[in-house]
Amino acid sequence: MVFREPERGSGLAAAVFSLFLVALVVTTVYIFAAHIWPMPPAITHVGHWIDQQYRLTLWVTGIIFVLAQLTLAWMVFRYRDRGQKARFVRGSHVLEIVWTTATLVLFTTLGAMAVRAWAQVHFISPVPGALQVDVMAEQFTWNFRYPGPDGKFAPTAPIYYSDANGNPFGIDPSSKDTDDIVSPILVVPVGQEVVLHLESKDVIHDFYVRELRIKQDIVPGMNIPIHFTPLKIGEYHIMCAQLCGLGHNRMHSMMRVVSESDFQKWLKQQEAENQQ
Amino acid sequence: MARHSIVEEAAVPVAAGGAGIGAGGFDSGGGGRGPDGPRGAVPQRTYMTGLTMGMAAILMFFMALVSAFIVRQGLSSDWRAFPLPPILWVNTAILLASSFTIEASRRKLAHGDRQGFRHWWFTTTALGLLFVAGQLVAWRQLVHAGVYLASNPSSSFFYVLTAAHGIHLVGGIVALIAIAYWNWDHARVARSTATQMAAVYWHFLDGLWIFLFLLLKLGQ
Amino acid sequence: MSAQPHSVTHHAEAPKSFIRRYVFSTDHKVIGIQYLLLALAAVTIGMVLSWLFRAHLAWPHLIIPGFGGLMRPEQYLALVTMHGTIMVFFVLTVAPQSGFGNYFLPIQIGADDMAFPTLNMLSFWITLVAFLVLVAAFFTPGGAPINGWTSYPTLSAVGSVSGPGQGMGETLWVVSIALFCLASLLTALNFISTTIEMRAPGMSLMRMPLTVWGWFVTAVLGLLAFGVLLAAGILLLLDRLAMTSFFVPAGLVFNDTQPPLMHAGGSPLLWEHLFWFFGHPEVYIAILPAMGITSHILSNFSRKPIFGYKAMAYSLCAIGFLSFTVWGHHMFVSGMSPYSALAFSFLTLIIGVPSAIKTFNWLGTLWGGKIQFTTPMLFAIGFVSLFVTGGLSGLFLAQPAIDLPLHDTYFVIAHFHIVMAVAAIFGIFGGLYYWFPKMFGRRMNETLGKTHFWLTFIGAYLIFMPMHWMGIMGALRRYASPGGLGFVARMDPIDIFITVAAFVTGAAQLLFYFNFFWSIRHGEKVEENPWHATTLEWSVPSPPPHGNFVAAPHVYRGPYEYSVPGYTEDYLPQHLTPEQVAQSAEAGT
Repeated sequence: MVFREPERGSGLAAAVFSLFLVALVVTTVYIFAAHIWPMPPAITHVGHWIDQQYRLTLWVTGIIFVLAQLTLAWMVFRYRDRGQKARFVRGSHVLEIVWTTATLVLFTTLGAMAVRAWAQVHFISPVPGALQVDVMAEQFTWNFRYPGPDGKFAPTAPIYYSDANGNPFGIDPSSKDTDDIVSPILVVPVGQEVVLHLESKDVIHDFYVRELRIKQDIVPGMNIPIHFTPLKIGEYHIMCAQLCGLGHNRMHSMMRVVSESDFQKWLKQQEAENQQ
Repeated sequence: MARHSIVEEAAVPVAAGGAGIGAGGFDSGGGGRGPDGPRGAVPQRTYMTGLTMGMAAILMFFMALVSAFIVRQGLSSDWRAFPLPPILWVNTAILLASSFTIEASRRKLAHGDRQGFRHWWFTTTALGLLFVAGQLVAWRQLVHAGVYLASNPSSSFFYVLTAAHGIHLVGGIVALIAIAYWNWDHARVARSTATQMAAVYWHFLDGLWIFLFLLLKLGQ
Repeated sequence: MSAQPHSVTHHAEAPKSFIRRYVFSTDHKVIGIQYLLLALAAVTIGMVLSWLFRAHLAWPHLIIPGFGGLMRPEQYLALVTMHGTIMVFFVLTVAPQSGFGNYFLPIQIGADDMAFPTLNMLSFWITLVAFLVLVAAFFTPGGAPINGWTSYPTLSAVGSVSGPGQGMGETLWVVSIALFCLASLLTALNFISTTIEMRAPGMSLMRMPLTVWGWFVTAVLGLLAFGVLLAAGILLLLDRLAMTSFFVPAGLVFNDTQPPLMHAGGSPLLWEHLFWFFGHPEVYIAILPAMGITSHILSNFSRKPIFGYKAMAYSLCAIGFLSFTVWGHHMFVSGMSPYSALAFSFLTLIIGVPSAIKTFNWLGTLWGGKIQFTTPMLFAIGFVSLFVTGGLSGLFLAQPAIDLPLHDTYFVIAHFHIVMAVAAIFGIFGGLYYWFPKMFGRRMNETLGKTHFWLTFIGAYLIFMPMHWMGIMGALRRYASPGGLGFVARMDPIDIFITVAAFVTGAAQLLFYFNFFWSIRHGEKVEENPWHATTLEWSVPSPPPHGNFVAAPHVYRGPYEYSVPGYTEDYLPQHLTPEQVAQSAEAGT
């Protein structure tokens, strides 16, 4: 075996590489551990379930991240060319089987545990009597429709769409049901389940409220229901999360979670405005 | 190998498409070919492998359209069936017949009957042209019946699928004509390989058409 | 045509005329370099576009010449759309696969060219036309399209009524992509036929370099995926131009006063399914060749056989196969069935297994090695680090519940840029520094190369790591500005930090440009095999002559025989005959 002089500067390169990886790990772990840039707190039970799964995943991936990057750092430093002879190894069946099985078990277990939170969002039907709200998304505004005192939504058709005439939902003008409440913001009572029926009149939009941990595309031609129960009074941004055109970034509204009495008050006020 | 006599050509082993992937090792050819270099350094079955890959890609293209067809039909209630022009039956029969004539042509070639080969080869070409003409007639009939590309998803898919198939078939006809008039003394591809490739591609388009026709017929 | 090695019949001379030799050449090496130059032009444009929109994000009041005042939102979106399209198609698909694959796949398997050289030339020219058509979109009246590289209907399907750039610009986009699909199909067909049929005697599948495995599996993915995008593109074009209704439902109203569009019954979800059926394999098309290159380089400069060669080859195949089953993870919030989301979620997590196997084996290759920190090796080690980081954030997005808050935020941007874009670019850089001596007979400057590596490596992490936290805090992608959202506006310092990092990292690429073009003429001249490597490309002159091999190659052993005990040198090339090995061993003792 012919031995060559070790590459010049390999000690320095190895040290710099290892130190950079260590710095990467330390900084990343610090930012997560110190909650420097956290998610805003969730305001639903489902949101807490999602957060729990998120934290679990953060732990799992965090441990792998630290181990993998530090192992890489150590390998790079330890096995730098110092004129030694490389070990002649072709591999190891045992190791291949061990790490294949280990990652398979780990990843699928993680996936299985995530089913719970997903099921909470999508597989459980809303309770009967939940508040029903129609949502109409368009370039680049939101509108929300409540059924009004009669508890029924008036019939609609695309030919009647007219924002200019205050009829973004296209309510049939000949309909006798004239008590629907249309609002540019979403107002919901705290602690009560809400069902949103998402519709779009032009392109794909997406209903996103960070604190609800919900994101749902609004697809033209489809009516997609989502449901949630907000547990904390406050005001939250509704944003469009799917590129919908040049005004995409300005397409936001507000979700106001209020007490039951404030909600009734708001409804009355809206009805009164309707009468005028 | 002298590849210029017809009899010798027929003796080139017929390679199954895509053969040899598992074999590896010493049976793989290699080396020794420039663009104008001595012919035959590329194993002839390479051309069949290439064709097989091409057909796989074409099949994926059509499967994408077919799955779009099925999804789109199940998706909404606006799908309206329309009567397919009866001439499609005639076209189908013509295309089926052409698969037999191209085989007849290859048999003649294998027996060294150059005249018979040309005879059946041109018959196949003519049948192919007839099919394309028949498809155009079918389009004309639909247009006269007021069924346009954008009339309904069913008609949209009809035009898209027949057009896509027709373009591939025109490609086949060009290949048939090219093979008939090629100067084989300087070609890199042996004539037997070329005719075999043309035939396989032709049968592929034939089978594809029957599948599409059934889809359009039953899927309405 | 079996057992006996072919004696090489006389090589045809390379064509004499300049045009036939360097422009309309059928030589796979010339075509490979043409692809690499195309990718270099494309990546330069793509990078400049990213500078422009990063500058706008950091300093919204900055007036950039050529935008007619402050950058408007549609201009921002056009930049983002074109950046994505150019980078994904014309850089990440073109450079590692069509560029390096064309140049080195035939040499590494001992062939003198691709199976179908004329078709190969045609592929390149179609790709070039596709690129020009795409860039032409900038110069249409409405400008470039604004719907992102995913081109979701109905935004993309109804013309300029949905926004500027959605008229002629978007039509050119679809045409460009359709042409690109066609070219990629021809390339894929060529790569597969070449790998199956053109291997030299002795080059069994399990003796192929892992680079060849990468290109081969990528070609299979391309063959099966690009046809689907082509079909989808044709349907989209018909929706746009012929008023069909494949993707556009009934009753759409734009601009309030307009009557509903005359479409009926189509579904945007159909496009999403077709697009991502192509789109997910596409990200592996970008990364698999880089994985092959990384394996190749790691083994070379660890002076060790690749750890678990078979596991590496099989895991490439597994990733390739699984990549066709996971497209739905792009659509967890799309409105598709939440039950199918679970299936896609599990399949996505399972595709992490072969990816993890590769990482473990890369670490295994370094373990006990004799690591030489050449520039290509730095990029290869950098690739492993980036692949780990980017792969792990994928575990979040693979779970539909966690995807709910993170989908379409900067977390996703961080994830796919690190794991697919930057990692693939590292594969490209590694390959360039590694193979440059073979392609030009000279070496690139190592000091410049290493400086380039460090600035790029640290820069890439500085650009993309903070985006994770922006996404976690809820910052959405494709926002031209915070648009009045206070919590996004408060992230301005992070945006400025990222933009500065992007400019510095981008400027560092000047070192690379200089090094590359300077070294072609003035680099240090090197011998045939400067890295003391084992595979066939190092057995031929640099640059290889027309037809590659002086004598017909014959392969006697696997591709990564480094530090074999009992042999004099620490590398044992694939083409050495057993007799030569025995002689050399005797001479050494």
